[in-house]
Amino acid sequence: MYDFAFHRPASIRKAASLAADEDAKLLAGGQTLLPTMKQRLAAPEALIDLSGIEGLTGIAMKGRTLHVGAMSRHAEVAESPVVREAIPALAALAGGIGDPHVRNLGTLGGSIANNDPAADYPAACLGLGATIATNKRRIPADDFFTGMFETALQDGEIITKVLFPVPRRAGYAKFANPASRYALVGVFVSKRSRQVRVAVTGAGPGVFRATDMEEALSKRFAARSLDGVSVPAGDLNDDIHASADYRAHLVGVMAKRAVDAA
Amino acid sequence: MTTVAMTVNGDSVSADVEPRTLLVQFLRENLLLTGTHVGCDTSQCGACVVHVNGKAVKACTMLAVQCEGAEVTTIEGLADGDALHPMQAAFQEHHGLQCGFCTPGMIMSAVDIVNRHGGAPDEATIRKQLDGNICRCTGYHNIVKAVAAGGAAMDVPAREAAE
Ligand SMILES: Cc1cc2nc3c(=O)[nH]c(=O)nc-3n(C[C@H](O)[C@H](O)[C@H](O)COP(=O)(O)OP(=O)(O)OC[C@H]3O[C@@H](n4cnc5c(N)ncnc54)[C@H](O)[C@@H]3O)c2cc1C
Ligand code: FES
Ligand code: FES
Repeated sequence: MYDFAFHRPASIRKAASLAADEDAKLLAGGQTLLPTMKQRLAAPEALIDLSGIEGLTGIAMKGRTLHVGAMSRHAEVAESPVVREAIPALAALAGGIGDPHVRNLGTLGGSIANNDPAADYPAACLGLGATIATNKRRIPADDFFTGMFETALQDGEIITKVLFPVPRRAGYAKFANPASRYALVGVFVSKRSRQVRVAVTGAGPGVFRATDMEEALSKRFAARSLDGVSVPAGDLNDDIHASADYRAHLVGVMAKRAVDAA
Repeated sequence: MTTVAMTVNGDSVSADVEPRTLLVQFLRENLLLTGTHVGCDTSQCGACVVHVNGKAVKACTMLAVQCEGAEVTTIEGLADGDALHPMQAAFQEHHGLQCGFCTPGMIMSAVDIVNRHGGAPDEATIRKQLDGNICRCTGYHNIVKAVAAGGAAMDVPAREAAE
């Protein structure tokens, strides 16, 4: 790892002004960024540690919306009584990320800013129709995840929290890669009034909505509605971990399990 | 160089370090606490697990400067003088190690599991919660036995599983 200057600002405003320098990077839980820097795939000249900023933490219900601060650690979300009550599928998803040590440091904001194509949280954000709040604006999840490791964030823009509308039902099922524990395929389903959402992670170059499945589940929200509905394998990843056909098959299986869990 | 100060196993320590210094490097090279091991250096194996403010973390995936003001406990901080911590004693008793390389991380994770799940975690919980600790020798069976026995000896009240 190359050396860098280290900053620990106490306010979002200060962090944003430090982040305006294009050679600086934000540091949240460090569970992706530090390994990347060790491999010299990233070599920022400065790190801006967000852990000293009060405004980025906290989990609370506001009306029918669950607000989760960007610096909330995976373990905090998994164990939060507020999350467990409002959206148990979200707590379960957070509790299934990586391992206990990763969950103690890794954060919601870091995970979605990174947008790893096999990460769990992007599926929850897209599958729940969440809104990502930054220091500059609010971005609907549908517009936030733009591609592999790509998001709508501008340079230096800081995610402050994520707003999750509380669904009537929601479920997440993940087939974890046994070595990395990332999702080989993960499917998040939710139903809120008449809207059904199905978000798939791990299978393709980035998280996406399975619209045929959404349509089928809109008629009847039951695993059986998904019989015969599939996602085209042509668009899916094909690598040493799994073929595209196998991933397509897993999407169907995980979607049914997610509906059953909802 | 920046100055970093923290409490390690109850002692206040401080040193001038480069910001890129990992917590595990700081512990091993500055403080000469070499009980915390580096197995992979890629966040996978858990040999480097220590507690920071009571939470188990991988010390190879945290910077020393992130621990400014923190309370850190390493494997060296568990025993009470010559008396082994109940979890250490259980690993010895149940043959929960062979080469011993993974053991400091295993024991720090095991203590954390008991702290979070209460005194008598069941086998499934123990196996699931040891996800982040890899052992090349034992096949895990005796580690799981040791964690169960150590947990029972730790005198932590039973609790509803947190996850
Ligand atoms: C062994 C291991 C297993 C893992 N398994 C899984 C898994 O099963 N599922 C899964 O989803 N993830 C997994 N992860 C990744 C983990 O969830 C990371 O914590 C997460 O991807 C990144 O979050 P972080 O807080 O550590 O961010 P960091 O590593 O600190 O930062 C990641 C990126 O996000 C940017 N960033 C951070 N916070 C913000 C913010 N508030 N606003 C804007 N940009 C920001 C940083 O600049 C950086 O580019 C695993 C990691 C490890 C090491
Ligand atoms: S050395 Fe830290 S996880 Fe392997
Ligand atoms: S005892 Fe040798 S690696 Fe676990």
